Amino acid sequence: MNGLESFGQDPWWLVGLKALAIFVILVLLTLFSIWYERKVVAWMQVRPGPNRNGPFGLLQSLADGLKLAFKEDLVPKAADKIVFLLAPMISTVCAFTAFAVIPFGPVVSVFGVETPLQLTDLPVAVLLVLATSALGVYGIVLGGWSSGSTYSLLGSLRAAAQVISYEIAMGLSIVAVFLTAGSLSTSQIVAAQQGGQEVTLFGTSFTIPGWYALLLLPSFIVFAISVVGETNRAPFDLPEAESELVGGFHTEYSSLKFALFFLAEYINMVTVSAMATTLFLGGWQAPFPASWWPGANEGWWPVLWFFLKVLILLFGFVWLRGTLPRFRYDQFMRLGWKVLVPANLLWIVVLAAVRAGTQQPEWSAQWVGMIGGAFLLVLLVIWFWPGRKKYEQATEPDTGLGGFPVPPLDLQVPPSPRVKRLTAEREPVSVSAGDDATAEGKEG
Amino acid sequence: MGTTYLASYSTLGFLLVLGVLVSIAAFAANRLLRTQAPSPAKQTTYECGLDPVGDGWAQMQIRYYVYAFLYALFAVESVFLFPWAVVYDRPGFGVTAAAEMGVFVAVLALGLAYAWRKGVLRWL
Repeated sequence: MNGLESFGQDPWWLVGLKALAIFVILVLLTLFSIWYERKVVAWMQVRPGPNRNGPFGLLQSLADGLKLAFKEDLVPKAADKIVFLLAPMISTVCAFTAFAVIPFGPVVSVFGVETPLQLTDLPVAVLLVLATSALGVYGIVLGGWSSGSTYSLLGSLRAAAQVISYEIAMGLSIVAVFLTAGSLSTSQIVAAQQGGQEVTLFGTSFTIPGWYALLLLPSFIVFAISVVGETNRAPFDLPEAESELVGGFHTEYSSLKFALFFLAEYINMVTVSAMATTLFLGGWQAPFPASWWPGANEGWWPVLWFFLKVLILLFGFVWLRGTLPRFRYDQFMRLGWKVLVPANLLWIVVLAAVRAGTQQPEWSAQWVGMIGGAFLLVLLVIWFWPGRKKYEQATEPDTGLGGFPVPPLDLQVPPSPRVKRLTAEREPVSVSAGDDATAEGKEG
Repeated sequence: MGTTYLASYSTLGFLLVLGVLVSIAAFAANRLLRTQAPSPAKQTTYECGLDPVGDGWAQMQIRYYVYAFLYALFAVESVFLFPWAVVYDRPGFGVTAAAEMGVFVAVLALGLAYAWRKGVLRWL
C-alpha cells in the first residue's frame, strides 16, 4: 500500500491524451510566459512592450517562434556536427519529461474514466524532476562544447559548475519536505499539505494553510533562490551573460536549434515553478480555507488554483530579472557554497531533532518548539549580522583593482600604426587646391 | 501491484519517446521550411566580427574541477539523505535515526569546512 494505486491504470488513449496535453500546455505556457516576461519588464521600465501582434501583443512570441523555424540554420565549421544537433534535443526532451509527475488536480472524470490529473506518479517522483533537471544540463554543456567557440565553451563550463552547485542546495532544501511529508511522490506531498491548522493567537483563532512554504520557510527560501540558479535565470544568468560571453553556450546556435534551447529554458522555468507549487504551496489546493467554498478542491477548479500559483511564481522570476543586476561569478559561488549549503544542512539537522523531540511523550512539543525557535533565531542573527567592514577612504588613489593590473586612468592611447600607414598612402593630391583635399588628409 | 508499478514507469518512457519524436518532427519541418545558402563566411566561428584566432579551446580555472569534486561529495550525501528523510517519521526510528544522521551530516560538514579553510571555495 503506497497510495499510488490510482496511477498506471489509465487506458492507452487517456495516457496519450494526457501526454499531448502536457506538450500543448508547456508550449502554450512558454509562448505566454515570454510575452508575460516582456510585458512585465516593459511596465517596470515604463514602456509599452510588445503590442503589435494580436490583442495586447499576445501573439508576439508565436510570431517569433515561427520566424525562427523559417531561418537559415548555420553550423560553424569548427562544430562537432552530431553533438551540435543532439544538444538542443537533450535539453528539450529533459525539460518536457520533468512535467510528467506534476499533479494538476485531483481525480476527475475524463470521458467517463476516473483518473487523476497527472500523467504518472512514482514513489520517487521528485527524484525524477531532479534527475531531468540535472540531465538537461548535458544539453547546455554539450552544446557549448560542440560549438567550437571560446565563448560557448566558457558559457557551458559556467553552466556546469553553476548547476551542480545549486542542485545541491536545491536537493537539500527538498529533504525537509520529505521529512515532513514522509514521501517522495508528488501527489502524496500535495495530499500531505491538505488541511490547515487552527491557531489561536492573541485571542483570535484562524486557520493557517498546511503549506510547507509556511511550515518550512527556510527550505522554501533556499529552494526559491537555488532554482533561479538552476534555471540560469537573472540574476544568476552567468552561462549566457550577454555582456561577457556574447550569448554564452548558445552563441553559435541559430534557427530551430536556438528556438529549442529557448523553449527548454522557459519550460524549465515553468517546471520549477510547478515544483515549488507542488512541494511548498499546497499544489492544486485552493489558496483559502476549505470552509469558504467546500467545492473548490473538487472537479476541475484545482487546475485554476494550480496555474494561478505557477503564474505568480513566474512573475517572481520576471521581477527578479527586472530589478536585480547579474551576480559576479565568485559572489555567486560564494552564495551557493558558503551560505545556502551550510544553512541547509543545519536546518535539516535542527528539523530532524525537533521532530524527534516532539515524538517523545515526556517532552512537551511547545517546549521543544520554543527552545528550537530561540536557537534558530540566535543562529539567524549570527548568520545575518552585518560583517562588512566600514568603507574607508583610500589614502592614495587605487592604481589597480586589488593588485590586478589595470591601465592608468589618464592613459594616452598611442597612435595606431595602421592609421599612420593609411595617412601615408593617402597623400593629398597637390593638383586640386582647396579645403576639400586638406580636410580629407586630416581625416585619414 | 507489479504491473501498476511498471505501468507508471512505462508511461514515463512513452513521454520520453514522444519528446524525441516531437523534436525530430520539428527538425524535419525546419529542414523543409528553412532557406539554405551556405557561404564560408557564415560558417566561421563568431568572434565579435573579427576573424577567429586559434581554435575554440580556452584554459580555465582549476576551481571548476575542485567544485566538481565537492559536488560528488554532496550528491552522495543526498543519496543517503533522501531515503532517510522518507522513513524518518515511521515508528521505530526517532531519536536514534536523528542522531545518526546528525553524525553523518557533521562528517560531511567537516569536509566542507576543511575545503572552506583551505581556501578552495574562494574563487579569486
